Amino acid sequence: MNKKKWLATPYFIWSLAFILIPLGIIVYYGFTDKNGAFTLYNVMQITKPDNAKALGLALLLSIIATIICLILAYPLAMILSNMKMNQTGFIVLIFILPMWMNFLLRTLAWQTLLEKTGVINSILQFLHLPTLNIINTPYAIVLGMVYNFLPFMVLPIYNVLIKLDKDVVNASRDLGANEAQTFFKVIFPLSMPGVMSGVMMVFIPSLTTFVISTMLGGSKILLIGNVIEQEFTQGSNWHVGSGLSLVLMVFILFSMIVMFKYDKDGEGGALL
Amino acid sequence: MENNKLIDLVNISKSYGGNLILDELNLYIRENEFLTLLGPSGCGKTTTLRILGGFESPDIGQVIFNGQNITNLPPNHRQLNTVFQKYALFSHMTIAENIAFGLKIKKKSKAYIQDKINYALKLVNLDGYGNRYPNSLSGGQQQRIAIARAIVNEPKVLLLDEPLGALDLKLRQDMQYELVRLKNELGITFVYVTHDQEEALTMSDTIVVMNQGYIQQIGSPEKIYNEPENAFVADFIGDSNIIPGTMIEDRIVEILGARFACVDEGFGRNKPVDVVIRPEDVDLVAPEAGTIQGVVTSLIFKGVHYEMDVMANGYEWLVHSTDLVPVGTKVGIKVVPFDIQIMNKPESEDEEAVTIDE
Repeated sequence: MNKKKWLATPYFIWSLAFILIPLGIIVYYGFTDKNGAFTLYNVMQITKPDNAKALGLALLLSIIATIICLILAYPLAMILSNMKMNQTGFIVLIFILPMWMNFLLRTLAWQTLLEKTGVINSILQFLHLPTLNIINTPYAIVLGMVYNFLPFMVLPIYNVLIKLDKDVVNASRDLGANEAQTFFKVIFPLSMPGVMSGVMMVFIPSLTTFVISTMLGGSKILLIGNVIEQEFTQGSNWHVGSGLSLVLMVFILFSMIVMFKYDKDGEGGALL
Repeated sequence: MENNKLIDLVNISKSYGGNLILDELNLYIRENEFLTLLGPSGCGKTTTLRILGGFESPDIGQVIFNGQNITNLPPNHRQLNTVFQKYALFSHMTIAENIAFGLKIKKKSKAYIQDKINYALKLVNLDGYGNRYPNSLSGGQQQRIAIARAIVNEPKVLLLDEPLGALDLKLRQDMQYELVRLKNELGITFVYVTHDQEEALTMSDTIVVMNQGYIQQIGSPEKIYNEPENAFVADFIGDSNIIPGTMIEDRIVEILGARFACVDEGFGRNKPVDVVIRPEDVDLVAPEAGTIQGVVTSLIFKGVHYEMDVMANGYEWLVHSTDLVPVGTKVGIKVVPFDIQIMNKPESEDEEAVTIDE
């Protein structure tokens, strides 16, 4: 055991240098003022109407994006899990292919596509169809979130479904359940761990994003991520930025706790 | 035993990706029967069971249940329930919820369901386990819950797919008696799939020996063991000496150059046959008293008996005996006429399923 522990040393140094120490610095900045004295002022900045609104909008949009991802991902994961291995390869490939491109580039591409004079509208105009005006609206931001984070929803659900014993599904049919009953009473509850990790992997990056909202939301729509970014880059107020980051972190931790708890309920007979 | 045909499998064929799993299988199952499908892996026994349960549909052929064609009926509309090999319990539900699953779907009353849960838990000796989760139970307990979950639905037939395969020896033996007791208590038909010949002999009313998609023999355990119809059955069920011989005339067979008296008739004169002699039916006597003579070449203690090899007239006889005969002893071999089983040599490729390639 001890012989193998030292293998973790590089990672330990890494996480110390780039995770734990920065986190400590954020906590320090979050709870101090310019003179280094303790204060709750930075954290309480969240109650400022503009900041609270940005947080609320971020929560709303990331919840919507998560729900859309789930609705898109679950059927796909089911279809993939029922296919033979050699057939899934191709579909997973075309699904994952966009992920090999840089995140910023993909979002930038959507900007070009959605612009008032962009590719989509040019085609629509050419066909004499009404143009689409969703760039710089919350719709575009949700679209960007769904597009970027959808694979993170598909993969964990797929992983759970592929491991699901087909005889458990057969047993449900055998005991008289039709296909819909089998899905809602057996397959979906048993896939809950995958759904939960998928939800977290979509919800958390959506909640904290500022790139998607900057690129697709213009400068008009601010999410909490944008507010924090501006505190650091434009306002040069690291104290307030850190304070707001801590608030956001509390929300993330809280949502994780809720989901873990729900997952346990899912494991533990939500059906009675 | 009632002789009503409950299930009739007519001309069932099934193949996967070019591999023929079942080839024109015909089989009927009577009401109240404990029928076992026995064979090595890949013989088609599980596929047969899955066709009965409705999880597979045959390429050709029909499944008749109580006079009705149910070949294309989905599993949820069939009056039979299955106990799966790896239990297939719902891990997100308690034991009680697992058992109640089928009854809730059928919208039975709460009181009825509770009664049934209590009854089923008592029946499988797991009283008081209702609020636990499947993962907290041992393999044998999970298996019994799987049985309880199936029988509360009062199926006409219970299908069991190697249900004891994952259990250790002692538990397996206990469960065998348990299953027979359950069957008698419930008075329903059991169709049981196994590759374990001992399990099949212990529990069944009827054994169906299968190999490579063909039925090799159907009969009672005694009949299958004592009168195997071909070399495959003789070899698969228990140990045996299978020796090529010639039927000289009725009641006399020549093997290894010596003539043995037997009880079989009607094979014709000077006909080549296969002769089956069970190792426990070979009597070792003084050399001059034996029909043929040989030398003991190996001796293994097996607990209940000794297992010996005896080289006699160019054939190595397998002998089981409670008497120890040391290696190197010259012995005579004697067999009581009744213990000699004569089989026709396979005539066509089809019959000699042992050699058919996948």
